[in-house]
Amino acid sequence: MTPRVNTYYNLSMITTAIRRIIRSGFIGFWRNAYVSLASIFTLTVALFVIGSTMFIDQLLTTSMTTLQAKVDINVYFVPEAPQEEIDRLYSAVKAMPEVEFVHYTSREDALTDYRSENQNNEIAMQALESLDDNPLGANLAIQATDPIHYEKISKFFEEQKGNESPQTPVIDKVSYLDNKDAIDTLSSIINAIEKASFVVMSVLLIAAVLITFNTIRLAIYTAREEISIMRLVGASNMFIRGPFMLQGTMYGLLAGLLAVISFYPIMLWLGPRTEEFFEFNLLTYYLENIFYIFFVLAGIGIVLGLVSSILAVARYLRT
Amino acid sequence: MIYFDNVSKIYNDGRSAALQEVTFQVAPKEFVSIVGHSGAGKTTLLKMIIAEDKPTGGQVFYESLDVHQIPRAKLSHYRRKIGTVFQDFKLLPNKTAYENVAFAMEANGRTDEEISLNVPQALALVDLEDKIWNFPHELSGGEKQRVAIARAIVNQPDIIIADEPTGNLDPIATYEIVQILRKINELGTTVIMTTHNKGVIDEIERRVITMDGGRIVRDDSKGKYIL
Repeated sequence: MTPRVNTYYNLSMITTAIRRIIRSGFIGFWRNAYVSLASIFTLTVALFVIGSTMFIDQLLTTSMTTLQAKVDINVYFVPEAPQEEIDRLYSAVKAMPEVEFVHYTSREDALTDYRSENQNNEIAMQALESLDDNPLGANLAIQATDPIHYEKISKFFEEQKGNESPQTPVIDKVSYLDNKDAIDTLSSIINAIEKASFVVMSVLLIAAVLITFNTIRLAIYTAREEISIMRLVGASNMFIRGPFMLQGTMYGLLAGLLAVISFYPIMLWLGPRTEEFFEFNLLTYYLENIFYIFFVLAGIGIVLGLVSSILAVARYLRT
Repeated sequence: MIYFDNVSKIYNDGRSAALQEVTFQVAPKEFVSIVGHSGAGKTTLLKMIIAEDKPTGGQVFYESLDVHQIPRAKLSHYRRKIGTVFQDFKLLPNKTAYENVAFAMEANGRTDEEISLNVPQALALVDLEDKIWNFPHELSGGEKQRVAIARAIVNQPDIIIADEPTGNLDPIATYEIVQILRKINELGTTVIMTTHNKGVIDEIERRVITMDGGRIVRDDSKGKYIL
């Protein structure tokens, strides 16, 4: 017979070993189908929790941004305000570094907007018809680069108003204070929800990771006898560890896939509802980012499965 | 080939000794049976040879190699020189007879050609050609032990260590296993076997080491079972 070879010493032997590890990993995965299934299922639940955190975080962040975008200052001019005064203020506020965006609505546009908003309101329409002239003034909608600047912008207009002569008023009113309270309350509610969800999700996340680790450890515990036999037969540690690492990776990959798929019906149901409430459609977000979500979840799953396998096998390879 | 120099193994409680100042050697191609009551130290002695257990005193040599100085990373290489057979067979339950034997060769880094040639040969040597695709739970005790022996010999080890190989077997299977071990020995492999079975010893008619309380109390070159 052929002479004995004691060690993997060249490339072809290493590739042979890798091929054998992969084959043995797949066979082990298949022949221990029940254990594999249990591990995948647990990992799927863990990834589902992690995925939910991602979605909730996305939802809260987006609704915070939409809300902030809604904060603006409206400056209403009196109907008889001279156009040059309006133009002067428009340019002045536009030049301020704190201002992100200014939208000018002329008297005519304001009237058109009012008509279209109230076309079903007969009383308002009748009141409008009974007037000879357009009762509405022009207005400016101003958005700051950051909500903290509204105070300053609002002050600027208050000062301008103070300097006007009482005979020729220009600015009718500045809306800042009206919205301020409502906006502050809403942002503090969102902040509180974000903090609470962070705590709850952290706890769930830790639990999910521990449960996964424990399941895979138990799966490998059932194989401890096999590991000791492999050692007795003279298998190297890497040769023993390899198939378990491959199996851990496969658990992670499949669990990632399952988690992404199981989100679909939930998003289908949740999408229109979040659209209504948060003005952010989770279903659209899910479908647009489905590959990103899959890579993140499968990545986390693979790391979890791989690390759990390595740690669990290490126990039986120590001595 | 195997040399025990004053080997002792005392367990942590400081009182019970599994081995006490054991000194003996085994020459190549010998067939050595080790007998003694339960707890006499037979299994501990075998564990010393395959470096499963460390002595608290003395040294164990394999040729000129101090077995317990082998670094952990090289231990798997050393173990491939030794075939092991156990009372409880220690087969991999999720692998077929063929795969169990092939695994020992795969772990050894042998090529696929060698494996497909040598595994059937080894299984033929133990008369199991017709059951190579069966899983261990589909085999009888004697058949399982024959798979284990095929696995032990497939890498052509210098030495076979058998710990109570017939302990779980009926008389007919016992007889078959002993015949197989004798055949392997005649082909040039050293065999060290522990046993309780008087019939086995009398059948083999080779060197017998008798142990009691962790010591070697008799060493007969053509021994009988005397206890």
